[in-house]
Amino acid sequence: MKFLSLFFWLVCAVCEFSATDRAYGHGFAGARFFPATLSTDDPFVSDELSLPTVSTIRTPDDGGTRETGISVDISKRITPDFAIEIGDSFTALNPHDGPAANGFGNLELGGKYQLLKNGEHEAIVSIGLGVEVGGSGGRSVGADSFSTWAPGIFFGKGFGDLPVAVRFLKPFAITGQLGVAIPTSASTRSVTIDVQTGERDIEVERHPDVLEWGFALEYSLIYLQSQVQDLHLHAPLDRLIPLVEFALETPLNRGEEGQTTGTINPGVIWAGKYFQVGVEAVIPINERTGNNVGVIAQLHFFMDDLFPNSLGRPLFGGNK
Amino acid sequence: MKCIVIFLILVAASARLEAHAFLKDANPGVGSTIQTSPSEVRIRFTENIEPAVSSIQVFDASGKEVDKHDLHLDRSDHALLHISLPQLGAGTYKVVWRIVSVDTHVTNGNFTFRVVR
Repeated sequence: MKFLSLFFWLVCAVCEFSATDRAYGHGFAGARFFPATLSTDDPFVSDELSLPTVSTIRTPDDGGTRETGISVDISKRITPDFAIEIGDSFTALNPHDGPAANGFGNLELGGKYQLLKNGEHEAIVSIGLGVEVGGSGGRSVGADSFSTWAPGIFFGKGFGDLPVAVRFLKPFAITGQLGVAIPTSASTRSVTIDVQTGERDIEVERHPDVLEWGFALEYSLIYLQSQVQDLHLHAPLDRLIPLVEFALETPLNRGEEGQTTGTINPGVIWAGKYFQVGVEAVIPINERTGNNVGVIAQLHFFMDDLFPNSLGRPLFGGNK
Repeated sequence: MKCIVIFLILVAASARLEAHAFLKDANPGVGSTIQTSPSEVRIRFTENIEPAVSSIQVFDASGKEVDKHDLHLDRSDHALLHISLPQLGAGTYKVVWRIVSVDTHVTNGNFTFRVVR
């Protein structure tokens, strides 16, 4: 396995430094650069690597549990408009009551197709289908034994086409997602036996379909400086994109209808040539979600800029 | 872990590569107001540029192109493009650029400047 891994990277290196063709871009629509958001899915199809995304928050489970996750996600363009995605995460649970546990979550696979890209209006629309592969992760960290399918639609819109009278609003952009997570199992049953009485107790956990929705509102100082008004900001301010993300889930059936949970995540992204760094606070929207503020941070690589001749270009269909 | 180390080595080794070119600075400045007609528009980008497949156009408020169609790369700075202008009257002018960096990444954008007398 180690040999295969090493071989893979060596092949990438050889391709990278020997090829002569070129590759094209990540989250652009016209003059708008959309950064990769941390808590909601991106609307664009690109070659990118999030390594790592680290988050920590204290959840209300088991008298208060510190949940820390480290995840990796990679997206690879197959054609200029279609990409596949793969991701996994390592989770450590440290409950106030009870033993700690850690392990990998279920493997997550996905595909995304870019339906629309309009440079003039800085707009992108994509559709995607993701699947969390049941049973591929550790039960001790809550990985489901069943798979969950999640079709969704993703969008991005820059405000660069606003009139000049409100030009300082032009650096605003919004990205968002709307999808439904559909578990392949409506419920799971677990049997517990009371050691003293010998009585069997059957617990039924229901798994509702869940509306996954969220959006990110961002203000690009990059856009402000280069398209609207040069304020002579210096590094690192000139590459900052302050943003606030809303990541929300609403169960649709099986007795949990309308019980929305989610977080509001204000933060900032710094976008450089080859990578971006982002950090956000994770603020629960209600008591059902939790009472403690967490944090999420991400290092994200632009593979199309790093490896334009190999990993960073579509496998088929050329570039555009 | 080994994969991460190898990846970071490749990242460091790929320093020869270019990336998407962003506008670094311009003269007249983005969104600026100036008192006299500029003789040219200069835009410096964050990457070296392929001038043959790049463009800068300057339009007046009526949408008429007013530049002299002589886009050229600076002799000493290959990230700096120049395009000449005739004598401009008072008004707002829009600069529209579409550039290709030397590794063929394409970016575009626009900005305005204003001439007052």
